[in-house]
Amino acid sequence: MRAMKSLRGRRWLASAVIGLSVLSLGACQQTIPKEALQLSEVSLSIRQRQSRYFETVDEKMLLASSAAVLQDLGFNIDESETELGVVVGSKDRDATEAGQVVGALVMAALFGVAVPWDDEQKIRVSLVTRPISETPPKMAVRVTFQRIVWNTQKQVSKIEGLDDPELYQEFFDKLSQSVFLEAYEI
Amino acid sequence: MMKNRFPVAAALCAGLLVLGGCQTDSRDQALATSQSQVALRSIQTRAFDTTDRDKTLRTVIATLQDLGFVIDKADDTLGTVSATKLDGYQLRMTVSARPRGETQTLVRANAQYNITAVEDPLPYQQFFEALSKSMFLEAQQVE
Repeated sequence: MRAMKSLRGRRWLASAVIGLSVLSLGACQQTIPKEALQLSEVSLSIRQRQSRYFETVDEKMLLASSAAVLQDLGFNIDESETELGVVVGSKDRDATEAGQVVGALVMAALFGVAVPWDDEQKIRVSLVTRPISETPPKMAVRVTFQRIVWNTQKQVSKIEGLDDPELYQEFFDKLSQSVFLEAYEI
Repeated sequence: MMKNRFPVAAALCAGLLVLGGCQTDSRDQALATSQSQVALRSIQTRAFDTTDRDKTLRTVIATLQDLGFVIDKADDTLGTVSATKLDGYQLRMTVSARPRGETQTLVRANAQYNITAVEDPLPYQQFFEALSKSMFLEAQQVE
């Protein structure tokens, strides 16, 4: 009798699970957020953070120097189109953070649950040059970084743009040294 | 004992009914669109009064960057630019520019949000508005 009861319980559980998954599959479609392609008020300040101009008209030199800086930073160049002033690079790196690992270990010790932590990441960068004017000579460079992070269960845990102003400042300091020209804020 | 099977069977039937609305052969996705080709093209295309394709492509790249995209590829010969935005989701876009008649350039964009095609007119309208601002030209609807 007891065995019957537990069997019945299991069946109910199974049907509940199936019912729930059907409900979630019913959604089938995902829709794009309204603001995904909308220019926002912060777009301008982000553009300023990610851009500098140099006093030159030599776009090829600027692109080559930029590619060299990306290589210095450990990026592999994936794509480039000099006619449009585009260089694209990426690198795969460790994403483990001590704090997360400690947190996961504490959870495991206290509650016996396995919490995944960030394991690997792919960082992508695109760098674009753009002529502003010939006299005075001005060429803009805009660089953008983004990353995907996978946790120890191989699931995507973060999918984001990198917005840290210091990252961009440091990048342009390096680029400035590489081209022997001062990088001016836009 | 037989009675106990009922909820499972009911759930399965309901599931099949709901899933019936989705797809039966996922290979069909290769050539599938939910809108008609003509409707989709008009949603995704605008004409600009310029013959400067290079400037158009560079402006497309700048606009994509303004919208938070990282460029994946650009090809001056083909006139295409692809880019990805990561912001808790993955949004991929390919934009192409080609001449239209003697005075215009046609810009076509298509986007993919995670694993679905974007076929809603609004996001494209927003994209062309942003592009139009950077081009200093009006984005004209193409019939």
